[in-house]
Amino acid sequence: MQQTMAYDKFEILKSTAVPLPIENVDTDQIIPARFLKATERKGFGDNLFRDWRYNGDDTPKSDFVLNNPTYSGKILIGGKNFGSGSSREHAAWAVYDYGFRCVISSFFADIFKGNCLNIGVLPVQVSPEFSEKIFEEIAADSNTEIEVNLPNQTVTILKTGEQESFDINGYKKQNMLNGFDDVDYLNNIKDDIVEFAKELPL
Amino acid sequence: MSTKKTLFDKVWDSHVVKHVEDGPDVLFIDRHLVHEVTSPVAFLGLKNRNVGVLFPNKTFATADHNTPTINQHLPVKDPLSANQLKALEENAKEHGISHWGLGHEKNGIVHVVGPEYGITQPGATIVCGDSHTSTHGAFGAIAFGIGTSEVEMVLSTQCIMQPKPKKMRINIEGELNFGVTPKDVALFIISKLTTSGATGYFVEYAGDVFENMSMEGRMTVCNLSIEMGARGGMIAPDEKTFEYVKGREFTPKGADWDKAMAYWETLKTDEGATFDKELTFSASDIEPMITYGTNPGMGMGISKSIPNAEDLEGGVATYKKSLGYMAFNEGEDMIGKPIDFVFIGSCTNGRIEDFRAFTSIVKGRKKADNVTAWLVPGSHKVEAAIKEEGLLDILKEAGFELREPGCSACLAMNDDKVPAGKYAVSTSNRNFEGRQGPGSRTLLASPLVAAAAAVTGKVTDPRELMKKELA
Repeated sequence: MQQTMAYDKFEILKSTAVPLPIENVDTDQIIPARFLKATERKGFGDNLFRDWRYNGDDTPKSDFVLNNPTYSGKILIGGKNFGSGSSREHAAWAVYDYGFRCVISSFFADIFKGNCLNIGVLPVQVSPEFSEKIFEEIAADSNTEIEVNLPNQTVTILKTGEQESFDINGYKKQNMLNGFDDVDYLNNIKDDIVEFAKELPL
Repeated sequence: MSTKKTLFDKVWDSHVVKHVEDGPDVLFIDRHLVHEVTSPVAFLGLKNRNVGVLFPNKTFATADHNTPTINQHLPVKDPLSANQLKALEENAKEHGISHWGLGHEKNGIVHVVGPEYGITQPGATIVCGDSHTSTHGAFGAIAFGIGTSEVEMVLSTQCIMQPKPKKMRINIEGELNFGVTPKDVALFIISKLTTSGATGYFVEYAGDVFENMSMEGRMTVCNLSIEMGARGGMIAPDEKTFEYVKGREFTPKGADWDKAMAYWETLKTDEGATFDKELTFSASDIEPMITYGTNPGMGMGISKSIPNAEDLEGGVATYKKSLGYMAFNEGEDMIGKPIDFVFIGSCTNGRIEDFRAFTSIVKGRKKADNVTAWLVPGSHKVEAAIKEEGLLDILKEAGFELREPGCSACLAMNDDKVPAGKYAVSTSNRNFEGRQGPGSRTLLASPLVAAAAAVTGKVTDPRELMKKELA
């Protein structure tokens, strides 16, 4: 099967994290609709959380976490039901383009989760208790490192050693480990698809 | 294993090309709807991989998301919007896809024109790079929103890769109360389930209320399925469905129609088929609804008061942030709150029935001076019906103007933006922060509630105005 790398491989990510303990963060907040006018996938990270991050006059809002130099890293920790609303893949692009490779939450909206997996951002769903623990550790010490280990399907708070495992189906896991996407997979079985189409009821 | 199947199983299973071991299903897509915003990067992907569109006759393109709703005959002023519209036109042309662009007689919101021209059919799998694709489930289709990567998959292979969702059935029995519309039914369900209560599920709506509902109403309900997190929602096709579909441009004709009907009539959940979750509500518990917060689950009966944080099960900080954004207080009534804008339109409530409802209340009254009203038909076909049925004359007499079709202020990608701090009673689908313009505050409601607000300038129970008409 012919597959090319669509994004950088994801294996083990060890990083500090940015906490965003708000529930129901919708994709209109992640990237407002007025920034969806591009015809190329470029520069979406600049507008990640645009209206929470900047005032109307484009000056940064100092109380928003992305403008707080205390917090940085390649992992975003979101509240429950992260990524609800619009199907815009631009939201996942903005997260990736800003520099995050992983979002951890106790619950993800469906379409956002699927979009992340398709472009190389790993959505890691943990229990509400573990999510709370991560928020607490980061609040106590912003240098707290989190390890996301995809081969073992575990997420660990390195300082305390507390660990939880997470689910991902085997197919998507292999894709993430290799940087593959579904488009190549489907293009490789196109003959089967054409045959199938002939047998449809209508 | 039980051979009893749900409606959802029947349609899904018949479209599975193959099941990937420890992975998703490869699902064949019958109809692919495309608009200007979520497609350009997908077309670019085709170019980069050097592949074409496998079945160009199964994809339909229309421009809606960032089109202006006045002076559509003039060049689009915003260069970025104009560029996206041009990209859609060129991509469609290059790949032999039908394109109903700005100014085309069939142009309109993708989820309004799909059913209007019979692209939407029972038993079909329908996708679009837009979460409100769930609208088409009203016809007994499996319809849902996808991301741009998946748009590229459908263009190049007519398939996507998705795990099969769990199944939920929502039954509502009994008769709807006076003044209660399909929008209220949907907002009621979402308020009960919360904005994430159906995540991971595909919903079938069943029971008296949906059986008695018009096709337009069913579209409104299915449209809002995504607002409780569901992948989509569907309603078993019946005589009403077949009657609606018959004779439209893209529906089967002659012998093909008979063949289609024979198949469509099998599309219902078998007696004894099981769901992962089943909920039942009583129609009599539903009153006209309105939202007070920043997600569609934050809705309540219009006569109620805003819940207190202490009565919630967690999420208090998020709840208070939300009320803070809206500048509302716990325990307040919504009735009587002054409003600034009224928006009727969108894929949720931009069909002819919605304009009839709106007009029924504003007839003989005047638009309140403090209200800016945007009346945006879902398509040129809806626009024409508004004129033909004489609704436009009544609207004009009451001080309203009709704009041209498009998504408009639902997501405010064009110039139809509600200013910061202003309140809009909106028949659309999302009250997220800034959804209708940076800083805008949205109250989601039915066309009747929107009309009552438009003529009184404040949140008003439409039943009060309707009673006066009956008297």
